[in-house]
Amino acid sequence: MQYEAVIGLEIHAQLLTESKMFCGCPTKFGSEPNTQTCPVCIGMPGVLPVMNRKAIEYVIRTGIALNCGIAPHSRFARKNYFYPDLPKGYQISQYELPLCERGFVEITVSGDTRRIGLTRIHLEEDAGKNIHEGAGNESFVDLNRAGTPLMEIVSEPDIRSPQEAAEFVKKLRTVVRYIGVCDGNMEEGSLRCDANVSVRPAGQTELGTKTEIKNMNSFRFIEKALDYEIRRQIKMLKEGDRVIQETRLWDPNRGVTESMRSKEEAHDYRYFPDPDLMPVEVEQSWIDEITAGMVELPDVTRHRFIEKYSLSGDDADFIVSERVTAAWFEEAVNHGGDPKNVINWIKGDLMKLLNEDNRQIEGCLLTPRHLVGMLGLLDKGTISGKIAKTVFEEMYKTGKDAEAIVKEKGLVQMSDETGIEAIVDEVLSKSPQEVERFRAGDAKLMGFFVGQIMKLTKGKANPKIVNELLKKKLLG
Amino acid sequence: MELYRLGIAEARAAIDKGETSPMELTAALYKRIESLDDTIRSFVTLDKGNAMLRAEQTRPDSRHQLAGIPLAVKDNICTEGVRTTCSSKILENFVPPYESTVTKNLKEQGYVLIGKTNLDEFAMGSSTENSAFATTRNSWDITRVPGGSSGGSAAAVAADMCIAALGSDTGGSIRQPASFCGVVGLKPTYGRVSRYGLVAFASSLDQIGPITKNVQDSAILLNAISGHDPFDSTSADVAVPDFTSAIGKDIKGLKLGVPKEYFIEGMDKEVEEAVKQAIRKLESLGAVPVPISLPHTEYAVAAYYILATSEASSNLARYDGVKYGLRVEGKDLLDMYMNTREAGFGPEVKRRIILGTYALSSGYYDAYYKKAQQVRTLIKRDFEKAFETVDAIVTPTAPNPAFKIGEKTDDPLQMYLADIFTISVNLAGVPGISVPCGFTSQNLPVGLQIIGRHFDEEAVLKIAYAYEQATEWHMRRPEF
Repeated sequence: MQYEAVIGLEIHAQLLTESKMFCGCPTKFGSEPNTQTCPVCIGMPGVLPVMNRKAIEYVIRTGIALNCGIAPHSRFARKNYFYPDLPKGYQISQYELPLCERGFVEITVSGDTRRIGLTRIHLEEDAGKNIHEGAGNESFVDLNRAGTPLMEIVSEPDIRSPQEAAEFVKKLRTVVRYIGVCDGNMEEGSLRCDANVSVRPAGQTELGTKTEIKNMNSFRFIEKALDYEIRRQIKMLKEGDRVIQETRLWDPNRGVTESMRSKEEAHDYRYFPDPDLMPVEVEQSWIDEITAGMVELPDVTRHRFIEKYSLSGDDADFIVSERVTAAWFEEAVNHGGDPKNVINWIKGDLMKLLNEDNRQIEGCLLTPRHLVGMLGLLDKGTISGKIAKTVFEEMYKTGKDAEAIVKEKGLVQMSDETGIEAIVDEVLSKSPQEVERFRAGDAKLMGFFVGQIMKLTKGKANPKIVNELLKKKLLG
Repeated sequence: MELYRLGIAEARAAIDKGETSPMELTAALYKRIESLDDTIRSFVTLDKGNAMLRAEQTRPDSRHQLAGIPLAVKDNICTEGVRTTCSSKILENFVPPYESTVTKNLKEQGYVLIGKTNLDEFAMGSSTENSAFATTRNSWDITRVPGGSSGGSAAAVAADMCIAALGSDTGGSIRQPASFCGVVGLKPTYGRVSRYGLVAFASSLDQIGPITKNVQDSAILLNAISGHDPFDSTSADVAVPDFTSAIGKDIKGLKLGVPKEYFIEGMDKEVEEAVKQAIRKLESLGAVPVPISLPHTEYAVAAYYILATSEASSNLARYDGVKYGLRVEGKDLLDMYMNTREAGFGPEVKRRIILGTYALSSGYYDAYYKKAQQVRTLIKRDFEKAFETVDAIVTPTAPNPAFKIGEKTDDPLQMYLADIFTISVNLAGVPGISVPCGFTSQNLPVGLQIIGRHFDEEAVLKIAYAYEQATEWHMRRPEF
């Protein structure tokens, strides 16, 4: 029998607001424990929450970007449960009336584009962290993260494979980074993903029993964990077992999902509207204002780049995956760079250099203008392709423009035929054996001759002229 | 007259005229407390040293009404650096690192904090018998309760151990003890006064208000604590009038609704008579009594005990032994939680947490919490409809005068009914005041409740003041 997987995802994204959801504390990551706290986020007696309007704006912005309806009237609710990292004994979240509902995201896997529905996007506060390190069996609580605004994006169970799930998260990550609401850092946990997974015989409409998978903090782990879980469930069904509804934790070291809690599964969160907060009223004028201030979304940019610059789908996907990269590319093109050439330089040399330094394109000393300047020298034949790589690296390191580097280092290409001819003659006369072998049919030796000439000219000889002269002299 | 007898306006005048000083006044009150409070047990925490210091630091050129005036504050209102216990073991040693907005406002005016007053634990109760530390006594008869939950504040004002006090009112906790102790207690409109720093019992109902020796003082204290607070989203951004200028105006032609549902079978005959007498007095001053109906009154107590306990079950979840307050260790986390809350909370608090947890549980939410919210809406509408035809509503504050200590402790339902006439006002969010309107044959005070429209404390104060000035009840003092 064939089985089909049914996957729904819940994405938690920490918002890039400067202060927390309900107090003025900063949201910075990695500070000393409990240094970013105040009576409000510690949950002292008598304190009250005050909504961070920026956080609400960010969720609305996300809702617009993900084709959602924005609720004119929504409210916060309390989700009640006891845990040391939850200082009030309840989390302020949204339940019955979320800020955004009914949206969608389009994803493409192996050339197949599918629309994944979004059930809702709501706003809540993050919890702190329990720390079980150090001597003895004491535990500690760090409340720096408590109260950080957290956006929860819930998908419909429209996802059918681990690849689609990973693609969906990638797409969401790109969008939230584009619109500047979340840094998308999965390692630091500012973007987290949980999945609800079930399997059913292909063709059946009724859903199977689902499990919830947690702790998948990279795209690779999302694919691996879901792949494992789907296989596990199919195996159980094939063997006549029943899947138990439970929460399972992905263990990346062992490559398996493990049951986390089944005993406490029957959580009753006793949701009710938070009486400390007024309902959130979103006027259409506010939505319009946010829409007007919206950056171009990745799907739109992609489409535009394909139309305007005749990019291939793959190139477009690559260049729009990060907003800064897309902007860098377009600036270079606007300065006269050939789109295909510019993409190739970004994809190749620039990414290689950035990766080596573990840096981002932001703040890169090499600007789009520099690249275009260098491409001009290449076109005019002032420098060779090989020299260009050297120049590019130098621009990247120093932030100087190509012309200055070429001048400074004497990298101008030798295109004077007489000069090159003398060197060609010198090389050929020094290697009579090789000349003989080449004439006898060993065509590979062409490379040897070119190499010798480049060595003597420090790579500056115009390769086209070198090739022509060699052919003439050897095969003449 | 003895200095401790003074109210706010009188004390202000005496200080301004140089007849006394904040230090002398504070010292006189402390002397009074030292001789009386072993019997009355109004205060949970006293800090004479700091109070005297604050009194000494009063700027003689201050133009604030409350500069140098010694006030008592209910011990569920956070005061920076001064222990705030809620009369609960779980917060017995809790010293807030921050100031509530109301006391911040009072501090800015230069008030002198005389002490923190006793209450039913977490403001849950109607007699102050639920305090983990002591039962406060009614200064008119020390075998009786002062009412609650602001019993400590009301008793302290009645026994002249402070010039005035702050209380909090969730279902009658300012007005009912004011009625029992023969003083003036005002619950402002929900949202009029910031709740920031008031330890939450039921957030949608809680409101801080003044307990004073007379109506004018009530207006003065309300002026000082009212207004929008950016730290409390439920505080209303509406203009605050000068409440003192509302009083002293005549009440001719004002229509006063007299709801039939507030004169019921089983209420104390003397209370009923005193209140009816008071209504006749108001009529003689030119007001026009109008019989009205608030038809959903009979559901108020039931709805209240679902909503208030639901909110309380969540509000009190933070007392878990992890961050502050009492912790009783256990073999694991759950054990620590249970040991802490078992030892830290008294029986009434536990009862309400259990009730509220049940009402919010999945499967019961619609039948209880949701239904109670619907009832609350109907009760609100009752008032809105009544206020289409009347300017204020007059009722008894409580169905009985102060009852005996221990009389109702074994019967929570009887205790809950002590707030039967005050609860609807909290559910509707409107303002209400209790003013003394007579005494029973046993010399126990009776209170008249005057209820106004949303944000119309002015009408409430105006009527209360007119009545007070036409009678002499407020001049009587218990014999101490």
